[in-house]
Amino acid sequence: MAALVGDQTGVVGKAGETATTVSATPKQTGRKHGIGLWLPVAWISVIVVGSMLAPWLPLKPNGKTLGKAGLMPSTKFWLGTDQIGRDIFSRVLWGGRVALAVGVVSVISAMVVGGALGLFAGFYRGRLEAVLNTIVNTLLAFPALVLVLAITAFLGHNLWNIVTAIAIVAIPAFARIAYANTLTVSQREYVLAARSLGAKNSRILFREILPNVVLPLSAFALVVTAVAIVAEAGLAFLGLSIQRPKPSWGSMIDDGRKLLVGKGIWHVTFIPIGVMFLTVLSINLIGDRLQSIIDGRDAKI
Amino acid sequence: MTPEPFLVVQDLKTHFKTGAGVVRAVDGVSFTLDRGRALGIVGESGSGKSVLSRSIMGLLPGNNVMRSGSVKLDGHELMGLSRSEMRSYWGQTMAMVFQDPMTSLNPVMKIGKQVGEGLRRTLGMSKQDSIETAERLLADVGIPEPARRLNEYPHQLSGGMRQRVTIATALSCGPSLLFADEPTTALDVTVQAQILDLLAAQQHDRNMSMILVTHDLGVVAGRTDEIAVMYAGQIVERAPTASLFANMKMPYTEALMKSIPKLTDKAHTRLDSVGGRPPNLISPPAGCRFAPRCPYASERCLAEQPPLVEAVETPGHYFRCWYPVGSPEYIQAVHRRESLAALAGGS
Repeated sequence: MAALVGDQTGVVGKAGETATTVSATPKQTGRKHGIGLWLPVAWISVIVVGSMLAPWLPLKPNGKTLGKAGLMPSTKFWLGTDQIGRDIFSRVLWGGRVALAVGVVSVISAMVVGGALGLFAGFYRGRLEAVLNTIVNTLLAFPALVLVLAITAFLGHNLWNIVTAIAIVAIPAFARIAYANTLTVSQREYVLAARSLGAKNSRILFREILPNVVLPLSAFALVVTAVAIVAEAGLAFLGLSIQRPKPSWGSMIDDGRKLLVGKGIWHVTFIPIGVMFLTVLSINLIGDRLQSIIDGRDAKI
Repeated sequence: MTPEPFLVVQDLKTHFKTGAGVVRAVDGVSFTLDRGRALGIVGESGSGKSVLSRSIMGLLPGNNVMRSGSVKLDGHELMGLSRSEMRSYWGQTMAMVFQDPMTSLNPVMKIGKQVGEGLRRTLGMSKQDSIETAERLLADVGIPEPARRLNEYPHQLSGGMRQRVTIATALSCGPSLLFADEPTTALDVTVQAQILDLLAAQQHDRNMSMILVTHDLGVVAGRTDEIAVMYAGQIVERAPTASLFANMKMPYTEALMKSIPKLTDKAHTRLDSVGGRPPNLISPPAGCRFAPRCPYASERCLAEQPPLVEAVETPGHYFRCWYPVGSPEYIQAVHRRESLAALAGGS
């Protein structure tokens, strides 16, 4: 995953010069936030709310056999049953919690840690810069999958270990982007101007530079979120993420394979695939939109 | 005994260590500036004029900078002070207006915050006071509806307005010495005069000293008390403004003057330009640094570096030339050139 993420640094790593308000006319706003934005936002909201509230929703238990195996969607089982007769709807929402934990918790912690490292290295330069670059290059050169496997094999296959492993793999890319942006922003005249007015380093770092680095970093974070969700699903598909019978979208896809190949029952595999596909697509669409808003503001300055 | 001038710069050198060698960006500059006076520093790109102002302020970053000489402000030596010691001068005693208002304002910070930043941090004002003072500062620099502008972002203002904001910011902590580093280069011609007049008015009202750095002799002509012309890291001519224009000594200054278009010229008149390029500051020429481009240079100019000397007939007028404009050798050289040109034209 890190290799994938690393490739994107150049694209997204642009200095985001932007303001938080833009005096756009209503017409522009309408075109900007059309259905291409609202639909992904709606889908993500459904997944997030549904998964977050899964323990309190009147869902069927996700671990028990409740009916025949491989039932098609019906009023009783909204999305049908899986290979041993468990409710797929319930399992999709519970599996969403795993995707959410990986997509949100690991990405945010990677952004905070990587961002801070990159910020300090880009601002103070010197030895810190050399050390960070060495670590980042080493981590980027190391096969990401092997690293994740090693970490989870060492720590055990529970959810928080998976989250930690994916966060560690994502840190170098965030560090790179924060570092590159800090380097450019530090050279801007407004930093020198702040200094010429007697601002201290800490003030310059957090008031002048950080706000200009956070934006490109958060746009990139959305890309990483999508990649992280896919990566976790990949691990789960291989049986290397959280262990069965706890549901994860990846392991659900794997579970349905025998039914698909043997009996031609497609929905057990394709429902988790579809859910994951729509989720990742939505995240990417939102990320694109955010990026274009940042670029648009860039052009105005 | 006359009191010591407000700013005394003595043999200031600022060299940069680079992979290719040591770049002598500022190479032995001396001048003085009295309180409430304005000095114009003129020179082409790469003459060291921007480095000079940043070097005086102590704003040059990095380990590859070597500074020597002496900078005395109000009797206090600034050379060798640490960053944190310098910080007490920045903003309150010295401030700078930068060249490009597109890049010298933080795009994600509201105008009010940027102008009020120094007030709160350096002068320790309360938030409310800083907002009120910032509004007054914006009004001072001629920004209409200052209260509304406080809550806007830089990209919502025009270039001229932004430069007014940077001036307001620089003035916020009441500096007694203001550096203006090519403050109008990035602006429309129509706005340039307004900004320069604003700077001159503020300088006068606040009894500030000002160092106006520019590449345009026209910019400094009416707005400074004294002008220093820089070339290749050195001051090559320094004189009170009127004396410089009435009686320029240095062929380089003369060449700069000739390169300004005149209203009386016919359309499509070719502008005089200074041929060649400024010398390499890693290994400057042995003699006069302008000699390779000087139309009147003789052998002596190429071999011996002229010192900065005071003109006999006009005290206070310094120049760095063996054969200044108007000297017999200069007139001879002009004749020589004219006859050569006539020969070339006749054949």
